[in-house]
Amino acid sequence: MNHKKIALRSGTEQALATGYETVIGLEVHAQMLTQSKIFCGCPTRFGADANTQICPVCAAFPGVLPVLNREAVQMAIKTGLAIHGQIRLLSEFSRKNYFYPDLPAGYQISQYELPIVEQGHLMIDSPERGEGIRIGITRIHMEVDAGKSLHEGIVGGSWVDLNRTGTPLMEIVSEPDLRSSAEAGEYLKKLRAIVRYLGVCDGNMEEGSFRCDANVSVRLRGASAFGTRCELKNLNSIRNVMRAIDYEVERQIELLEEGGKVIQETRLWNADLNSSRPMRGKEDAHDYRYFPEPDLPPLRLTAERVAAISAVLPELPDAKALRFQEQYQLSHYDAGVLTSSRELADFFEAVAAEAAALGQANAKMAANWVTGELAARLNRDGVEIQHSPVTPGQLGKLVAMIQQGTLSGKLAKEVFEILCNEGGDPQQIAEQRGMRQVSDEGAIDAAIEQVLANNPEDVAQYRAGKSKILGFLVGQVMKATQGKANPGLVNQRLLAKLAE
Amino acid sequence: MDLARITLKQAADLLHRRALSAVELTQFFLERINAHNPTLNAYITVDAEGALADARQADACLARGEATPLTGIPLAVKDLFCTKGLRTTCASRMLADFIPPYESTVTRRLREAGMVVLGKTNMDEFAMGSSNETSYFGPVKNPWDHSRIPGGSSGGSAAAVAAGLCVAALGTDTGGSIRQPAALSGITGLKPTYGRVSRYGMIAFASSLDQAGPMTRSVEDAALLLQGMAGHDPLDSTSIDQAVEEYVEQLSGGVSAQERMRGLRIGIPKEYFTDGLSESVHKALQEAIERFQELGAQCQSVSLPTTAYAIPTYYIIAPAEASSNLARYDGIRFGYRCEQPEDLLDMFARSRSEGFGAEVKRRIMLGTYVLSSGYYDAYYRQAQKVRRLIADDFHNAFTQVDLLLTPTAPETAFRIGEKKEDPVKMYLSDIFTINVNLAGLPALSLPCGFDAQNLPIGMQLIGRPLQESSLLRVGHSFQQVTDWHQRSPL
Ligand SMILES: [Zn+2]
Repeated sequence: MNHKKIALRSGTEQALATGYETVIGLEVHAQMLTQSKIFCGCPTRFGADANTQICPVCAAFPGVLPVLNREAVQMAIKTGLAIHGQIRLLSEFSRKNYFYPDLPAGYQISQYELPIVEQGHLMIDSPERGEGIRIGITRIHMEVDAGKSLHEGIVGGSWVDLNRTGTPLMEIVSEPDLRSSAEAGEYLKKLRAIVRYLGVCDGNMEEGSFRCDANVSVRLRGASAFGTRCELKNLNSIRNVMRAIDYEVERQIELLEEGGKVIQETRLWNADLNSSRPMRGKEDAHDYRYFPEPDLPPLRLTAERVAAISAVLPELPDAKALRFQEQYQLSHYDAGVLTSSRELADFFEAVAAEAAALGQANAKMAANWVTGELAARLNRDGVEIQHSPVTPGQLGKLVAMIQQGTLSGKLAKEVFEILCNEGGDPQQIAEQRGMRQVSDEGAIDAAIEQVLANNPEDVAQYRAGKSKILGFLVGQVMKATQGKANPGLVNQRLLAKLAE
Repeated sequence: MDLARITLKQAADLLHRRALSAVELTQFFLERINAHNPTLNAYITVDAEGALADARQADACLARGEATPLTGIPLAVKDLFCTKGLRTTCASRMLADFIPPYESTVTRRLREAGMVVLGKTNMDEFAMGSSNETSYFGPVKNPWDHSRIPGGSSGGSAAAVAAGLCVAALGTDTGGSIRQPAALSGITGLKPTYGRVSRYGMIAFASSLDQAGPMTRSVEDAALLLQGMAGHDPLDSTSIDQAVEEYVEQLSGGVSAQERMRGLRIGIPKEYFTDGLSESVHKALQEAIERFQELGAQCQSVSLPTTAYAIPTYYIIAPAEASSNLARYDGIRFGYRCEQPEDLLDMFARSRSEGFGAEVKRRIMLGTYVLSSGYYDAYYRQAQKVRRLIADDFHNAFTQVDLLLTPTAPETAFRIGEKKEDPVKMYLSDIFTINVNLAGLPALSLPCGFDAQNLPIGMQLIGRPLQESSLLRVGHSFQQVTDWHQRSPL
């Protein structure tokens, strides 16, 4: 078989088509949103001038010592609890030794043998395997970020910016439980939603505060041993993670099918070229000479401290989605979409609450408007839900008006446009512009009489059994009322008239 | 009174009585340094201007009646305590021009207590050595015999105290670097419990072993100086968060030496009195034991079976930590950078090979080796286990006795160059001090005799964790009934 000739859309499809199974494990580095760095008091703000947020500790001057930031520990515990992990009451820091200009101490302080979190998991919906697939999380450990080497525009050398040095990171390592690029995408979305819900990381992949490396291998379906894996780096969006995995799966299957072997290596993804190239092989892998960090005593936590954090954890995406399904009678899918971010979920709930306060308790329409009209609008303008031009109060009122029958769906969209562009009160807008739906039976009946009188042939056909004509007649009535008539009422009254 | 031989206690009395000003005292020592440092090489950097400014402030403080027992006392600081604005070299070419923008916690506390920093003392490069011969700035001479070493690594501090080039000095001790030079130079030196004194701003050799301590002319002076140094420091996570005892008050407590010593159980570890011990040291220790018995202490033999493993264990753990601690000297942000590097790797490699001396490089290689994958379990992990056994040994001994009495070093000061080419022989000079660091215990070295060449001999008292006051009390009692500590090469 020569797969080069087979045009397949993704590595996953290729794997399925050729009897291979894809095995993926992800390592996520999440920058924690602490006020200060993990081992000194320097601020962690992004985007300051080079080397303006550093001190002797960041720059690893002689004799200075690290002091662990309590807030970072708090955030790691929160995350661990959110992924149902076990929080180790005794964890320790180690030194990972290597020379690099942006690593001032010559070692990175990281948790190695005893990480703060072990054995967690999260649930994803897999396009291939269905809803509720459990993805294991081996561990979460705390570590320190390195600085940045600057090469661009510098002649005869490189510069080093240590502002980022010392920013606290969580490394979140999944089990090799993911089976497709789509699952990897779902896992990252879920994990990102969780850290954002917790407020421990902003989840921004483009700015590098949420970074992902992927370990990818393939094996023949049914095989128990894993294939040789490659580590993919430089994946700065979920889309790139998925594309890089697909490329890698294709590459590995092709290699194997041609009788070759996959070599364990680290590969650098190039999004522009849509391909990856080897970065370094196993033979020149670093020997990091890990050993326990003697400047920091082992980190001891009390069960009480962990319990206290657990008690104040916010409602997390899965729990919220489940509640939405029960409380608002939403579908699994809608609940999933609405809880993908805390802000979106909060917005929806505020819309539903406003509509309910106006006597319209069915939240399905609120959900549709938030995930439909509003989402499209925000998407078009590239605006976050926090900066929505329409407030939940406005949208809730609008939804209630539709449900009450005082505004048709079509006119509601017009009101929504006006709300977005000019603001205001939906009720007033509808009234001022004469957009109120006509539910007055007398007025509707008059319009119907007129339409029936103008279209005798159609009426005759309808009465002869051509029931499809009804739609045409409804449309004529709506037209005659400039779309303001309540469609439900028009339908009802028209049927009654035709039956006379 | 000969000011060159004055104790901290005596100097404080003179200053407080205003019989002498801090400026006069400082001037006196600066002149002595000028006269004798060219021969002894005890100081790497002398800060005359800074010292006189400190002294003037101290005098103002004394005049206002706001002085502490340390106000106006001229201090010599081992050149690995970072001093803000004052060159701190660690006796290495690597840091020959390094001026720290921050102050170590220990020197900050002592400066705040009013002490006058005369300058920075010579030492073995990065505190790696037992003879002060590995210094980039040349060896220090033993004031008792200029052909001999003063001990190391705090050799400059020891020589400065012994030769009257300061009133007291700061040392650091990773495997004996306060106690061994104290013994070989005939002064008193204390290594506190690991964590009792902050390591912040002390240039690290082996983080889990390093500890700063006083080097003085008497136990009483050591108590005074330690009082100003000790205490929890939020900048050092390994410092102990426990109140500091009143060392000075507890020294005498109003009762006689005999009363304080009555019933005290002193253990004599038999493993320390073996063939390696020189006859003169052995004899001096015997006499010290007799002295303690006369004072009413009970001396009994105890066993520390893991003693023999101390050197190999130490020479795995200390170099391992050092290899990592010294990785930051890469020529990028501070310190020595080679000329005309070809590329990054060349800059790393050449800056380090030109900036570090032979002993430092030896230990970096040793440490890198024992941490390498495939060797870690056999060396580093194993050494950590032995380290726990060594600590257990001490713990067991302290169920039978209150403190341990041992020689500080197996022999008196050796000749410059005598052991320089034989590292293993050199490492053995710390055989009696190293396991104290591995166990994190406090230990005091104080003079207890002289050999036939009139070279000082030191003995070591080892105590339970945080029992500095007990060591100081016993040492002080001994010095009340002996005069070894009052002998001077001057
Ligand atoms: Zn900093």
